[in-house]
Amino acid sequence: MTSELDIFVGNTTLIDEDVYRLWLDGYSVSDAVVLRVCSGILEQTGATAAVLQSDTMDHYRTFHMLERLLHAPPKMLHQLIFQIPPSRQALLIESYYAFDEAFVREVLGKKLFKGTKKDLDDISTKTGITLKSCRRHLDNFKRVFKVVEEMRGSLVDNIQQHFLLSDRLARDYAAIVFFANNRFETGKKKLHYLSFGDFAFCAELMIQNWTLRAIDSQVDDMDMDLDKEFLQDLKELKVLVADKDLLDLHKSLVCTALRGKLGVFSEMEANFKNLSRGLVNVAAKLTHNKDVRDLFVDLVEKFVEPCRSDHWPLNEY
Amino acid sequence: MPGKLKVKIVAGRHLPVMDRASDLTDAFVEVKFGNTTFKTDVYLKSLNPQWNSEWFKFEVDDEDLQDEPLQITVLDHDTYSANDAIGKVYIDIDPLLYSEAATVISGWFPIYDTIHGIRGEINVVVKVDLFNDLNRFRQSSCGVKFFCTTSIPKCYRAVIIHGFVEELVVNEDPEYQWIDRIRTPRASNEARQRLISLMSGELQRKIGLKVLEMRGNAVVGYLQCFDLEGESGLVVRAIGTACTLDKLSSPAALLPACNSPSREMKEIPFNEDPNPNTHSSGPSTPLKNQTYSFSPSKSYSRQSSSSDTDLSLTPKTGMGSGSAGKEGGPFKALLRQQTQSALEQREFPFFTLTAFPPGFLVHVGGVVSARSVKLLDRIHNPDEPETRDAWWAEIRQEIKSHAKALGCHAVVGYSESTSICEEVCILSASGTAAVLNPRFLQDGTVEGCLEPRLEENLPAGCGFCHIPYDELNMPFPAHLTYCNNCRKQKVPDVLFTTIDLPVDATVIGKGCLIQARLCRLKKKAQAEANATAISNLLPFMEYEVHTQLMNKLKLKAMNALFGLRIQITVGENMLMGLASATGVYLAALPTPGGIQIAGKTPNDGSYEQHISHMQKKINDTIAKNKELYEINPPEISEEIIGSPIPEPRQRSRLLRSQSESSDEVTELDLSHGKKDAFVLEIDDTDAMEDVHSLLTDVPPPSGFYSCNTEIMPGINNWTSEIQMFTSVRVIRLSSLNLTNQALNKNFNDLCENLLKSLYFKLRSMIPCCLCHVNFTVSLPEDELIQVTVTAVAITFDKNQALQTTKTHAEKLLQRASTDNEELLQFPLELCSDSLPSHPFPPAKEHLESASSNSGIPAAQRDRCSSWIELIKLKAQTIRRGSIKTTVTVEKASPMGEGNFRNRSAPPCANSTVGVVKMTPLSFIPGAKITKYLGIINMFFIRETTSLREEGGVSGFLHAFIAEVFAMVRAHVAALGGNAVVSYIMKQCVFMENPNKNQAQCLINVSGDAVVFVRESELEVVSAQQPAANCQPSCPGGEVTT
Repeated sequence: MTSELDIFVGNTTLIDEDVYRLWLDGYSVSDAVVLRVCSGILEQTGATAAVLQSDTMDHYRTFHMLERLLHAPPKMLHQLIFQIPPSRQALLIESYYAFDEAFVREVLGKKLFKGTKKDLDDISTKTGITLKSCRRHLDNFKRVFKVVEEMRGSLVDNIQQHFLLSDRLARDYAAIVFFANNRFETGKKKLHYLSFGDFAFCAELMIQNWTLRAIDSQVDDMDMDLDKEFLQDLKELKVLVADKDLLDLHKSLVCTALRGKLGVFSEMEANFKNLSRGLVNVAAKLTHNKDVRDLFVDLVEKFVEPCRSDHWPLNEY
Repeated sequence: MPGKLKVKIVAGRHLPVMDRASDLTDAFVEVKFGNTTFKTDVYLKSLNPQWNSEWFKFEVDDEDLQDEPLQITVLDHDTYSANDAIGKVYIDIDPLLYSEAATVISGWFPIYDTIHGIRGEINVVVKVDLFNDLNRFRQSSCGVKFFCTTSIPKCYRAVIIHGFVEELVVNEDPEYQWIDRIRTPRASNEARQRLISLMSGELQRKIGLKVLEMRGNAVVGYLQCFDLEGESGLVVRAIGTACTLDKLSSPAALLPACNSPSREMKEIPFNEDPNPNTHSSGPSTPLKNQTYSFSPSKSYSRQSSSSDTDLSLTPKTGMGSGSAGKEGGPFKALLRQQTQSALEQREFPFFTLTAFPPGFLVHVGGVVSARSVKLLDRIHNPDEPETRDAWWAEIRQEIKSHAKALGCHAVVGYSESTSICEEVCILSASGTAAVLNPRFLQDGTVEGCLEPRLEENLPAGCGFCHIPYDELNMPFPAHLTYCNNCRKQKVPDVLFTTIDLPVDATVIGKGCLIQARLCRLKKKAQAEANATAISNLLPFMEYEVHTQLMNKLKLKAMNALFGLRIQITVGENMLMGLASATGVYLAALPTPGGIQIAGKTPNDGSYEQHISHMQKKINDTIAKNKELYEINPPEISEEIIGSPIPEPRQRSRLLRSQSESSDEVTELDLSHGKKDAFVLEIDDTDAMEDVHSLLTDVPPPSGFYSCNTEIMPGINNWTSEIQMFTSVRVIRLSSLNLTNQALNKNFNDLCENLLKSLYFKLRSMIPCCLCHVNFTVSLPEDELIQVTVTAVAITFDKNQALQTTKTHAEKLLQRASTDNEELLQFPLELCSDSLPSHPFPPAKEHLESASSNSGIPAAQRDRCSSWIELIKLKAQTIRRGSIKTTVTVEKASPMGEGNFRNRSAPPCANSTVGVVKMTPLSFIPGAKITKYLGIINMFFIRETTSLREEGGVSGFLHAFIAEVFAMVRAHVAALGGNAVVSYIMKQCVFMENPNKNQAQCLINVSGDAVVFVRESELEVVSAQQPAANCQPSCPGGEVTT
């Protein structure tokens, strides 16, 4: 006796959050069943493994059908095929687009469309995330990137509008898109200690202050690209290092601003010249695309490392 | 030209990409009705086109309006090649044709393609301007309302229940026409969908005409089915109950109906007529009743000529004998005469209803059923479907005579079904023989004079259990005892019925789903040989299904079955039988005895030991079930009778001799080979298996209950969360182990596993009850068994069960069992004191059934067998007087709690924007149905040639069923409704050909579109009403109002 066909369709689509989690994590049906058995669900409910298998299959099938809609979340709201309460829909979308930071850290700033199978394989082994899940992550990034790439207006708002994500998740995606667009190098060994959160924070500040919109919100408000003029202006900061007077002036201004706020103020004051030179040099080079990509590497080399060598207790940026 | 249909195409969304180059679509729409077609402009390059068309107007006959569906086709414009179809929407405009239903259809409809499924949505507005047509000879029947619900719909009142209406239309199946060889699958599917849509429209119109002829205005319990007879054609048939309904419109009348159904139930029949001597029959109806002259009902049925002979079988009682107040004489006889006279006017006194207005059902005789095996032949003239009509007429005739044999003049809970395999077809009909109160039937003259008598003579809660036949002249040997409730009338020991549990029935404990499952192998054969083989097997199947039901019922310590539905399915090489029913313990019937195991070789010591071990296991199970279903019959009944429960085994022997001596009239005896039903002899392995299978049925996990009736007896505090679902399973049998036992085990496991899966899936809803569990078995291929289940899970509140919302009957029961209450019942006890002199065997149970081979000559290749069952009861009695006092006493306390309950109900209703609920029940828990928008009857075909790519058979069917749900919901929403009640998936025919990577599925669903309002929202209104209206609500009671 073999089961040829086994389905369950509810008027309200049944969604088991635990199974959804397992599906998102890329487990196969059989792996998911094993994991569910381990969770002790059989003892709690008195079900058999066969029941669990059929239930898991069913959910996976539902998720597979839902996936098409999850790719365009606004469709999910209007579609008629699955009757899902709005709160559930939000949860489905949010979980689908949620990502593992370890994975993001691997691909952050990389060209998203080049993710070959082998690359993903490597990432999968490295992070312990299943290949399937890696693919979903990457596809999500690509999809979001593609949709908002050419779009005007606030990056975060665009993402939120087209993918119905929570504010936090939308900001994270904005950071990913921003990094991917500018291809910032984040994979160097020196940068490994930085978490995605650190980069996301930087990205947010950069979007707010360094992009076209930051300069003039009326024209061509693109959040994606750095403002060329601003970078051009940065070049002129060289005078801060070249000109002794300006250097002193800068120093005193910075010191006034930071006095009392910094535990390592004296060390900073002592090293100001070196640090400042490092920063300004990095900034001045930013007109070249390659240097833009290396921004974070340079920053760490020229600014953070000297600081660290002086045993600064916290990372300043 | 009495109608103008207006259609406007507003917009589309989520259309599929039809032009690969641009990733866009140039869509336009064709609107077709009858032979007229309109087109919209092409909306270039968009997946979300905004056509905003003008109003397309069709001027049509109302006959066409009823028959034809509106057909909307979305196409992709292509300059160089033919336009590609994206998909279609069929809209049944019937709901717009009667005044009280929807006035406009407006909303988003899924665009459906039979190959690709749903492809985007389209926004359409449809309106109808209907001109009044007073032509007497019209062919249309606009205005007759149709309901799938098998009870009088909420917010309506039955003035008259006219009776049975039936009709069938036949046609050639487009799938089998020669043209099908050259057209695409899509064209073929669409031709079929359209044809069936057209045929159901026609059928509905014809039935409507019959109803108008009977002077009714509605069809309740409308059941329409398709028989896909393959080569020989396509039959669409429908049955229903014609009624004259009155809308309860005033808020005063509406509110009590919703808030205190149990109360209303009690009072309406008795209080409507304050003065028994007048002829008025209650509010708003008397005049109408009088003016309805007696229409000779023959005229509405085609088979009238054939029926005359049969009518003569029954003793004709003249109208005169039934007329007004004859004093004295046994009331029952009088009642029967009167009702008979009313009913005998009808060819078939059948009612498709399963729940009735209070007072309608007087006695229940038992289940009557008839089956007939037919060979299909090509239907030569579709306009004269005589053979099919004659087949059904034959079966109905037989049902009628069975009912007669049970002393009943009517059949309620009536249904018909078919099972087709190749050219063999089994036609089945079943129902419950019953005696009805003529007050609701056409005959106006009996009214008024019967009512007061009713009031005096029928104790609530047990009347329907009393035997309708003559004790001295029983149709079959049955064991009768005095009713445990009133102690005046005889009751059988077990009662099987196809109806829902009457609301006023006194039930102890909870009910449960009971299933009997059976397979029988059969040799492959052709035509006549095949039909003969099947006919020969049928009686044995019936018998065994029956034994199983009986044994399982006893194992559950219950004594009555409701909602019994036996399905016999025929396949190439086997027959399957599946019986589902809800077991309950009726207080009026005697306590069931246990199951006794007997061995044939008592000398062997170890064997004895084995037997006693089994016996112990069975006894333990019974005890456990008693506890599980809270069956604690009050002890007093035993005391009154004064004799201990006789030793069952002894009893059985006694009975055995009785039945042996009695002369069995019928050829087939279902009473277990003249052995007592509850002694199991395990003298061979077969019987051993049976016992084992009895014990392997696992009860649902705690927190779960299941039943196949509308409401679960013993649970009535439903909360508002419902989840309707359909589950389908197909298993492939390995051809090696095809023995009857292996087959039985496979089938049993299939059903049990399916149930287990359901319990697991719905575990988050605990505590909950699966209601209206409807199993359908089909045998699509040699080694495949397909089981389809549709049911609804409803949550209930465990805690409140104890406090507030006991049903009326339960309250009474509780009262009755307390000591003080007994004092009030002294008249009862006085009369019952005289009873113990007779040594009643209250524990004795047996099933007696009479059945007959219909005597149709074998030469005609058909054979009908049927069976009839009977039962008995026992319980506490509460006299009417005490009921009244109890009611008033009880009223004070639940009021406060009831209000509290309403307020504390979770406010989940607010978030249900755009949500359409679906339920197979006739009500929505915690809500009040305010409007019926019309019947939903949809037929879909889906086909694929890329089965693997769509996720295999499971993926294909899963998606299809989800799409069907979506389309039903969309239609309901477009009508302005928010729920479908009495939803049923009548057909789910699935065929696959994995080698060719193909599959096809046909689904037919129906239901009633309604608007409901949450009770919590109603509260605002009810707060202004007198406090009396704020009684705790009890959806259970609503079912039968």
